[in-house]
Amino acid sequence: MKFEDIKKFFFKKPKNALEGSEENTSERIPEAGEPAVIPDKLAEKCENCGQIILSDEMAENFGVCPKCGHYKKMPPRARIAMCAENFAELFAEEEGGNVLQFPGYDEKLAALREKTGEKEGVICGTGEIGGVSCALFAMDYRFVMGSMGHAVGEKITKTFEYATEKKLPVVGFVLSGGARMQEGIVSLMQMAKTSAAVAKHGEAGLLYIAVLTDPTTGGVSASFAFEADVIMAEKGALIGFAGPRVIEQTIRQKLPEGFQRAEFVQKKGFADIIVERKEMKEKLAALLKMHCAEVSA
Amino acid sequence: MNAYEIVLKSREKGRPTALKYIGKIVDGFIELHGDRRFADDRAVIGGIGYIGGRPVTVIGIEKGSDTNGKIEHNFGCAHPEGYRKAVRLMKQAEKFHRPVLCFVDTSGAYCGIGAEERGQSEAIASSIIEMIRLKTPTLSIIIGEGGSGGALGLSAADEVWITETSTYSVISPEGCASILWKDSAKVAEASECLKLTAEDLLRLGAVEKVVKENGFNDEFYERLGRDIAAFFAEKSEVPAESLVEARYARFRKF
Repeated sequence: MKFEDIKKFFFKKPKNALEGSEENTSERIPEAGEPAVIPDKLAEKCENCGQIILSDEMAENFGVCPKCGHYKKMPPRARIAMCAENFAELFAEEEGGNVLQFPGYDEKLAALREKTGEKEGVICGTGEIGGVSCALFAMDYRFVMGSMGHAVGEKITKTFEYATEKKLPVVGFVLSGGARMQEGIVSLMQMAKTSAAVAKHGEAGLLYIAVLTDPTTGGVSASFAFEADVIMAEKGALIGFAGPRVIEQTIRQKLPEGFQRAEFVQKKGFADIIVERKEMKEKLAALLKMHCAEVSA
Repeated sequence: MNAYEIVLKSREKGRPTALKYIGKIVDGFIELHGDRRFADDRAVIGGIGYIGGRPVTVIGIEKGSDTNGKIEHNFGCAHPEGYRKAVRLMKQAEKFHRPVLCFVDTSGAYCGIGAEERGQSEAIASSIIEMIRLKTPTLSIIIGEGGSGGALGLSAADEVWITETSTYSVISPEGCASILWKDSAKVAEASECLKLTAEDLLRLGAVEKVVKENGFNDEFYERLGRDIAAFFAEKSEVPAESLVEARYARFRKF
């Protein structure tokens, strides 16, 4: 994948079909005290160290800050593009609704769809990693932090069912703050639904690799995230059941440095491999090959 | 009663806990301890006893009734070991073709440093995935609070029943109000919106049966015991593979 393509996913979504026709917002003169607007095409501020980084450089580095090494969250299509070839999307038509008539939820969904250009918080499909065909899903932080409601659970379940039928391994890029609370009990049931589909896929002798990215918490963490054959964790990712703030409020003490980070989770025995973003494709390909390639001895 | 009144009722002091149900419904109960990995989590109790003359594995999340009991049982908030003990007992039940009955009553799985260090997420995930594929009949009854993933860990069953003034929800109404509206005073409103009452859950298909409480009198326990016995008698006739497929379909519909 060329970095121009990744950049395309990573940094901007054309607001209409004619990319060049967007208004240039940087022409407005900032008022006193207002932070300067950096045209998103050229440079951006690292959300961790605050340094100004050329967008090209950031994209070339897969969204990892070249100054401080901070991992910027990756939108799902960029994530898939970084790791897989020949991606063909599946179940794109699936969209959730306001099952409980929760106040304000319709408006929230509409605004998110408008903003992201996506219908829901996960992208699914098939592709090849290192020449091995697999089913893929990648969750979207922009959609209520990858929270799982009916649509997300349904798409992930369908991905596992499809993979079971076609005898494909599944590679899942997990990112979620947990359940979509506006969908109440329906959202909780997605944990059971997805788990059952993971189980069936596993019973068919098929491989499932979960890549836990920042953050992986709550209901998603307590279901398909931790049901994989191989659990990879992206360097530095926050991974846990309860979020750190909730724990601090409950036990009324500060949490130690590095608590619930990928390295901590591995040390405690709950993650197989910590991966850096730049080596992710290679690591996935190697594991897939071990499970799925013909043995030529 | 409105939704918030039911929420308060589901947590009310003096409400029967899992041990009370076991005492009333299960004959000759023998408690089995420990997860064989790390510890015996007293928030989850389990063992074997008879219901309607049939040996059944019974697992319950126990909140404790008095102050000492509440401390002993950690207010019904299980650590990973609680879920691992439950899985151990479920697999044992499967081996001996015994049905599994779970009493669910928890505000949620415990959140704390030790719980995280020992893999609370993995423990709940394993409990769900093992229970949902278990080759023996399973029934979960929510008898108070059905709090989120901590409750679901023991509710991936053939059927889920709930007593009249119990709740089952993805998040506490307090949590929902504070996250969504940054206003914990809106608890009553959140209780309504979450559709967490027995009646709502029945309508949404999240539970199969609402059990009338009748002030938890002796007749209540007798009737519940008979209903459980009848349920297991019927399900024990069904081949294990069909049970597992039906369970898949039960959760697939959401």
